[in-house]
Amino acid sequence: MSSPSSEATAAPTGGASGRVLVEIRNLTKAYRRGSEVIHVFENVDLDIREGEFLALMGPSGSGKSTLLNILAGLDTADQGSVTVDGQEITRMNAKQLAVWRSVNIGFIFQFYNLLPVLTAAQNVELPLLLTNLPKKQRREHVMTALEVVGLTDRAQHFPRQLSGGQQQRVGIARAIVSDPTIILGDEPTGDLDSASGNEILSLLEQLNSQFGKTILMVTHDPHAAERAQATMHMDKGVLSR
Amino acid sequence: MSVGRLIWANLFRNKKRTFLTVASVTVAFFLFGALRSVITTLDAAAEVGSEARLVTSSASGITFPLPEAHASRLAAVSGITRVSWANWFGGYYRDPQDFFAQFAIKADTYLPMYPEIEITAGDADAFLRERTAAIVGVGLLEKYGWQVGQTVTLQGTFLPGDWEFTIRAAYTPTNPSFGDANMYFHYEYLYERSNGQISPGWFVLQLNDPDRAADVAAQIDALFENSTAPTKTETERAFQAGFITMWGNIGFLVRAIGTAVFFAILFVAANTMMMAVRERIGEIAVLKTIGFKNGMLSALVVLESVLITVLGGAVGLGAAKLMFMGKTPLSAFFPGFGVTTGTIGLGLGLAVLLGLVSGAIPALQSARLSVVNALRRVA
Repeated sequence: MSSPSSEATAAPTGGASGRVLVEIRNLTKAYRRGSEVIHVFENVDLDIREGEFLALMGPSGSGKSTLLNILAGLDTADQGSVTVDGQEITRMNAKQLAVWRSVNIGFIFQFYNLLPVLTAAQNVELPLLLTNLPKKQRREHVMTALEVVGLTDRAQHFPRQLSGGQQQRVGIARAIVSDPTIILGDEPTGDLDSASGNEILSLLEQLNSQFGKTILMVTHDPHAAERAQATMHMDKGVLSR
Repeated sequence: MSVGRLIWANLFRNKKRTFLTVASVTVAFFLFGALRSVITTLDAAAEVGSEARLVTSSASGITFPLPEAHASRLAAVSGITRVSWANWFGGYYRDPQDFFAQFAIKADTYLPMYPEIEITAGDADAFLRERTAAIVGVGLLEKYGWQVGQTVTLQGTFLPGDWEFTIRAAYTPTNPSFGDANMYFHYEYLYERSNGQISPGWFVLQLNDPDRAADVAAQIDALFENSTAPTKTETERAFQAGFITMWGNIGFLVRAIGTAVFFAILFVAANTMMMAVRERIGEIAVLKTIGFKNGMLSALVVLESVLITVLGGAVGLGAAKLMFMGKTPLSAFFPGFGVTTGTIGLGLGLAVLLGLVSGAIPALQSARLSVVNALRRVA
């Protein structure tokens, strides 16, 4: 792969306030496979403004999930910086990143990734176990999050008792329960039928428009991307709008 | 929900596997409780003997008798206030396999030297007056349904034939390790029935000053050094300890078995936890994504492991405690046999250690887990 470089600055749209929440500069990532060095992307720049709902599209292996993982503090960059709400996370160690994630990141997975031994409410409560909130307040937060996703009546159900769409809604409730700075979705509709996928996208729109949440969603699906305020493309490590 | 609830929920994720692991730990700790109790009981038995009493036996071994004439010379030794003697009888009641200890004693001097033999039924004087009388432990009364006043017949072994004894008193030991399943009868009865072929098996000597035990013992052995029946004299406690060693190195054997069992269970528990962590790679990655730190995730794994081993350990030790409470078939061989509080404490400590060690590797695995790789694998 050649050495790609890219720059994408999302213009403020919809509920966006204009303040830059995420600032990515000269981000470079490469993997080593045996003796071969695979450049995922190089010198990527990206600004995400507060209140934006962005979709990131691209073919498999284009580097979009890697970008998402670095932004979530789950993966490390080889070079460059990522600053979220004034904090440069690329300078943090693993322990600091864990604390930072618990406060700032709400992550929605493609395969929901709920803990099967816990009820919907207990799954949603997981991020709050890392806070000092008393039990009663934790419960209130959980019920609020479940109310937002329309699943208060399923609070005591286990994941196996829920449909795929419902499980993903629980996953969204888990992502928003601690009121994170940014919500990251890694193909949140990728494992759902179109009806359930639509429900999830409506929910994300609602989180963005009603609650002003900043959302970055990786997707393969052009219809899903259309629901975002703006779509970025990543191909062969090049990020474009 | 609490972190404890999360551990508990994970514990019962695979109920069959958890049950089987807990069951194997339970069996191991039951075995530990039983084997350890053999050691503690033997140790306690070795402590039963008094430091204020000496035992003089043949220098050739306990199975070689001593001449009765030694008694008067022993009584003359400075520091000795009382001399008595005893013999092993080795009979049985109905069934040769049904073992209990019988001693022929020089009763008028023996009983005053043993405050451990507390007469709680019948009359010691009635026993002293009647040549074929016997004192039995309350354990024997209970076991065979005997009563004071009853005549019982034992079969002799090295002095074959029917031996009739009338139970005139029963004793309760002041120390459980002394045993409540012994029988004492008159040396004179044994002597007469054997037509004078019997002589004392060992002498018991009361010291006026236990601090002089070593000096007096050396003095006695020097006294008989050049006689036809040289002696070996030691404190009763040392004598008991020597008697215990006749069991062979049972302590070593028990410890060896215990260690082997410990390691076997360690591998079982570690394997269970490794399987559990391997199954949960995706979930651990999710928890890391949410913000759980490596240390916390490792602690969750280790605590789960400790919970399994402590649960199994507590059930196993509890079962051993209940099973060996009160009278058991082992009580005849090991008076006072039972699982002590110390054994339970040590067992629970080992269970915690087992949990910590078996959870260490899976905990390390979960801490080192790469979130990105784990999520990719799950996807």
